[in-house]
Amino acid sequence: MTTRSLGEPIARREDPRLLTGQGRYVDDIGHDALEVAFVRSPHAHARIVDIDVMGALDVDGLVAIYTYEDLQGRMAEPLPVLIPHPALTHGRTPCALADGEVNHVGEPVVMVVATDRYVAEDACDRIVVQYEALPPVVGIEAARAGELLVHDDVPGNVSAHMVQEAGDAASAIADAPNVLELDLEIERSASTPLEGKGVHARWDPDDQSLRVYTSTQASTSVRAAVAAKLELPVDRVEVIAPDVGGGFGVKIVHPWPEEILVPMAAIRLGREVKWTEDRREHFVSSAHERGQLQHVRVGFDDDGRLRGLDVTVWHDNGAYTPYGIIVPIITTTQLLGPYKPGAYRAEFFSLYTNTLIVTPYRGAGRPQGCFAMERTMDAIAAHLGLDRVTVRERNLIRPDEMPYDQGLVFQDGRPLIYDSGDYPATMEKLKKLVGWEEFEEYRATARAEGRRVGIGVACYVEGTGVGPYEGGFVKVETDGTVVVATGLTTQGQGHQTVFAQVVADELGVPVERVVVTTGDTRRFGYAVGTFASRAAVMSGNAVALAARKVREKALRVAGEALEADPRDLEIDDGEVRVKGIPGLSVPLSTVAVLSNPLRYAFDDEAKRATQFASPADPDKTPVADGEEPGLEGTGYYSPPRSTFANGMHAAIVETDPDTAEISILRYCVVHDCGTLINPRIVEGQIHGGVAQGVGGALYERMVYDDAGQLVNASFMDFLMPYSTEVPTIEADHLQTPSPLNPLGIKGAGEAGVIPGAAVLASAIEDAEGIRIRRMPISPSELHHLREATAE
Amino acid sequence: MKPSGFTYYRPETVEEALGVLAEVGPDGKVIAGGQSLVPMMNMRLAAPGCLVDINRVSGLDFARVDGVRGAAGDGHAVVRVGATARHADVERNAAIRAAVPLLGQALTHVAHPTIRNRGTSVGSLVHADPAGELTAVLALLGGSVELRSVRGTRTVGADDFFVDLLESCVEPDELATAAMFPASDGHTGSAWVEVARRNGDYAVCGVGALVTVDDDMRITDARTAYVSVGPRPVVLDASGVVGDVTLDNADWGATGRWAAGQLEPGEDIHATAEYRRHLAGVLTQRALRAAAGRAAGHRTGGSSGGNGTTGETAAARDHAGRGEG
Amino acid sequence: MLVEVRDEAGNMVNDASGGERLHEVSMVVNGVHRSAAVPARRLLSDFLRHDLGLTGTHVGCEHGVCGACTVLLGGRPIRACLQFAVMHDGAEITTVEGCARQDGELGTVQQAFRDCHGLQCGFCTPGFVTTITAYLEENPSPTEEEAREAIAGNLCRCTGYQNIVASVLRAAELRATEPRTMEPRTSEPGTTVLRAAGEAEVSP
Ligand SMILES: Cc1cc2nc3c(=O)[nH]c(=O)nc-3n(C[C@H](O)[C@H](O)[C@H](O)COP(=O)(O)OP(=O)(O)OC[C@H]3O[C@@H](n4cnc5c(N)ncnc54)[C@H](O)[C@@H]3O)c2cc1C
Ligand code: FES
Ligand code: FES
Repeated sequence: MTTRSLGEPIARREDPRLLTGQGRYVDDIGHDALEVAFVRSPHAHARIVDIDVMGALDVDGLVAIYTYEDLQGRMAEPLPVLIPHPALTHGRTPCALADGEVNHVGEPVVMVVATDRYVAEDACDRIVVQYEALPPVVGIEAARAGELLVHDDVPGNVSAHMVQEAGDAASAIADAPNVLELDLEIERSASTPLEGKGVHARWDPDDQSLRVYTSTQASTSVRAAVAAKLELPVDRVEVIAPDVGGGFGVKIVHPWPEEILVPMAAIRLGREVKWTEDRREHFVSSAHERGQLQHVRVGFDDDGRLRGLDVTVWHDNGAYTPYGIIVPIITTTQLLGPYKPGAYRAEFFSLYTNTLIVTPYRGAGRPQGCFAMERTMDAIAAHLGLDRVTVRERNLIRPDEMPYDQGLVFQDGRPLIYDSGDYPATMEKLKKLVGWEEFEEYRATARAEGRRVGIGVACYVEGTGVGPYEGGFVKVETDGTVVVATGLTTQGQGHQTVFAQVVADELGVPVERVVVTTGDTRRFGYAVGTFASRAAVMSGNAVALAARKVREKALRVAGEALEADPRDLEIDDGEVRVKGIPGLSVPLSTVAVLSNPLRYAFDDEAKRATQFASPADPDKTPVADGEEPGLEGTGYYSPPRSTFANGMHAAIVETDPDTAEISILRYCVVHDCGTLINPRIVEGQIHGGVAQGVGGALYERMVYDDAGQLVNASFMDFLMPYSTEVPTIEADHLQTPSPLNPLGIKGAGEAGVIPGAAVLASAIEDAEGIRIRRMPISPSELHHLREATAE
Repeated sequence: MKPSGFTYYRPETVEEALGVLAEVGPDGKVIAGGQSLVPMMNMRLAAPGCLVDINRVSGLDFARVDGVRGAAGDGHAVVRVGATARHADVERNAAIRAAVPLLGQALTHVAHPTIRNRGTSVGSLVHADPAGELTAVLALLGGSVELRSVRGTRTVGADDFFVDLLESCVEPDELATAAMFPASDGHTGSAWVEVARRNGDYAVCGVGALVTVDDDMRITDARTAYVSVGPRPVVLDASGVVGDVTLDNADWGATGRWAAGQLEPGEDIHATAEYRRHLAGVLTQRALRAAAGRAAGHRTGGSSGGNGTTGETAAARDHAGRGEG
Repeated sequence: MLVEVRDEAGNMVNDASGGERLHEVSMVVNGVHRSAAVPARRLLSDFLRHDLGLTGTHVGCEHGVCGACTVLLGGRPIRACLQFAVMHDGAEITTVEGCARQDGELGTVQQAFRDCHGLQCGFCTPGFVTTITAYLEENPSPTEEEAREAIAGNLCRCTGYQNIVASVLRAAELRATEPRTMEPRTSEPGTTVLRAAGEAEVSP
């Protein structure tokens, strides 16, 4: 028997390559390519008066310089608003190179192509751009005040305003015995993958075709965008996401200006052209997220049960809205977590500022929502003098209430209906894992030693696996190799392993025999992308469906060969066998041969498939009616709506009474993402997510000064945690399969990060007895909170 | 982030290096470990026209203790560190750790080991980053730097060496050939404590302390030095504040508060000035207490000047006793 | 504004050196003599990646913080992005490619990463592998806390480090049980210089 691979923590297929330096990331491709650098705006808000390139012309190795004036046709039009929404009444996007006005520091103004990046930067240094500075709008307060405008034609800096309601929150709150209001703030952070973006383009003038390698989370859509912008037929454009050094959301945005400018240059110059984003560029010209002000008004009864919740969010969307308003939509819908809010009303304003654009970063608005809800839960507990877990438990949706309709519209335009989950059981597990009941004892012991400790808890529900669809292709080669392709991309999630596991099990072959390609439009042209914890759900199910088709066909073809009813056949260890008759079998490789009748015998396998290899029934067509040659199949999975994973985190922190340093003593996670394909990979996702959650809670923030300069645009000052800042994570899980998809999977990619700020705020508040309303928090800030409280 | 072009020189003797420096003038820069210069060049915040690579200059890679530390602890020993000695060479040198424990105590806080493998101690002094631990160590120990040029040789004490933020007194044609860190007398204990945002980062505030006692455990000297509280390293003589008391009677808390009042730290994105001052007070107290403990250890013949930190901060971890240099 | 520099025949001008003075730089990389002519400002990281084609060494920040570019210089880890290649003419460098076994199989540290799921996107991984390889030479049996400390100078955005810590401990274990001949080439002077497939030997 082939051992079942689904659900096993097998080692990753991609690792040997990546571990020995044989990975292939964009910058590993094309050593002889011309290289690109950009002159980027040093101003947050300015009009471009003049661009003088004369000084750059005598730089040896300079090949080309392009400004907005050199863009033609659709290249000269603004970049697309990728996700339009009726509430996004004032969407604005930039052109690939600034057209007269710049709206954030880092906006590309001039593109330079040279023999290498060193030379390209030399040329950039000598290009003089004259700006007329305009007053910048920095920060949500300034944007909300609306006295200064980012875009002249956007009144009040409001790109979008949206209200969603389930029930009558205002009167529910008014009627509630207790009412609380909270003002909450989350600052900006960013995905910050260790590999920045990068684009390599090669134009084949003979074939009139373009090949683009880009470090993206959405190669099929980049392909469509590049074709549209460059006015090329889509089938003349290939886009490949090679190995990608992390994404976390920022690489889902497309087309980045560079993704169309680099191919444009490659075509114009007839040369390979490459751009590798450096770290400073990544900080000022990619995307950030998280910055939001949130006001909560909550009404609840004396037991802490919610009666009504009213939330207003002011979302900083930066200078442009290429990715629409997904983030505040997710915040306001996913804020509810595992709870029944009573009546709910959510309103948000999405605001322009003269800062870098804001697009989803792992969690995509959920961490802010979770922060709002969980801070509220703690505030209710404090108000009523109740245990924080007890208050939460009283508000949890019970398993027998599933599926649970929250009465809202989710980010995919579909109803927000939780499909499944056992929230009380999750909480039970968490309490045990962290020792919630025993904590007071521990606190007393610690206090006796002069130490200050606190415990916190936070819960989330995450809509994962949003549609519209993904597809998968599965083919059995005549040597028995199973080739799998899916269109979405990979940035470290181990897709080459997990999709192989799915297909291996569906098909009955050893997992070692399955080879998976992702994110390559040459292999699979229809796809959406890797975001929203959707890859395993969407492509996992798609490749399963494709594999099922292949299996069916294999049984049909083998049935003929073995003169058996397909229903009596099984596939195991790569062989089709007649059940119960040992020895009566045919390998899948042979089935693949048989499925493709040949005229030419180019190898031994092929010889067995030629017309004269076996006596054929002269009355039958070589390819049976309704069949196609080859043992392959394509499947698509399109879900009715999202599936909902959930989890709860608890943390124990210690705060230094003197220095206000905050250290995490324990961090516990209980999560439920349905069926696990590979528990080890899921656990890895959780670890990585938690590390980002810790970063967002205690270390990372994008600091803009009043002039709109990002003052910490380096790894020296943007404090991504090292190993010494991340706690050991204790994890446990439940598996409540999703009823919505064949494999019962829910997504796991983003879960770890969501409750980070919420759980650490809860723990710090508990340790300190000081209200925490704003994250991240540094020792300096905690010190000042202490001082303010003491006064 | 690629550096501008430059003309590269690789002298092999000190004389040759001095000749090149004199020739290229202000357009030239010495490169030692490159751990401060190259990041600035990559960001094009520095773009020297000529780079003088001193890594192959013979006779500069020493890190040793000169002079014998008297049995009575009369403190004539001096740690001499050459221009191409790496932080790691100094840190791992057992004789140096024994002679001037403060060096090892501070060096474990300088970045991460990989940076210390390449960065030079002398380079970090010349770079004069007021967040650089060694600036305060040199100042606290009353050390000096030897500067050579075709014009001659001079030895500059720490007081005059650090001029301003990222500015030392080294002239463009000068090569810093060595730094001297005098050992304290045998009844002295030392400690380095700091708070950094992440382990290995430049300190939000860092404090080195030296406490000397006499045979009766009376404190004869108590001094502290600070990084990240101003444009230059700051040294405070706390002896007067501590008073003529025995170790057991010292009020380190009060000394810390006094020290905080003496400092004028600035503000940055990681900390307000007020928090920094508060922190300086807390860390002063901790550093002095730890140093005093070690001074007492000296007197009672216990383990001498342990090379660790006081371990009070998350960032403070003890690398002592691992790997001899 | 369009500037496209072409010669008289209308071909794109291509001056690969950018007109700068080139220095012949030779190194023994992973036991193999390699050399290339490069401008003085070529960073060691770029030299390895683009001039020698050893793209295993990655670049994540170019200001010394992330550690993705870490290589071993005479066995000690250094940041390749903070060095000019020309400074290391004649040096011995080990990159992640050189941390594999002589037969091309995973070296102990690499194997440990695979066993412990110590990598996700793999971009930071080369810097960790080289750092840990050198660390275990110094401290062959670290505690968990020491293991965490040993990797503290390298950034990883994917793994949360827990499995990398486990990989350090696992590598120590593997090292202790495997014969020393399985260790990666360190190419001490006098030892035979082995050539990896596809690498040309260039006399120094
Ligand atoms: C990620 C990172 C973190 C760091 N963290 C810390 C930290 O926490 N604490 C800390 O103290 N340092 C830190 N550093 C800096 C490190 O200590 C450097 O090694 C040191 O600052 C400079 O030494 P260097 O040999 O690398 O000098 P280089 O970078 O080569 O030179 C620095 C400057 O000094 C000049 N110079 C160097 N040597 C001489 C000489 N002999 N004569 C004349 N001029 C000379 C150079 O011209 C240049 O201007 C960090 C560096 C990095 C990359
Ligand atoms: S690239 Fe060298 S340390 Fe980041
Ligand atoms: S595995 Fe992606 S950065 Fe470490």
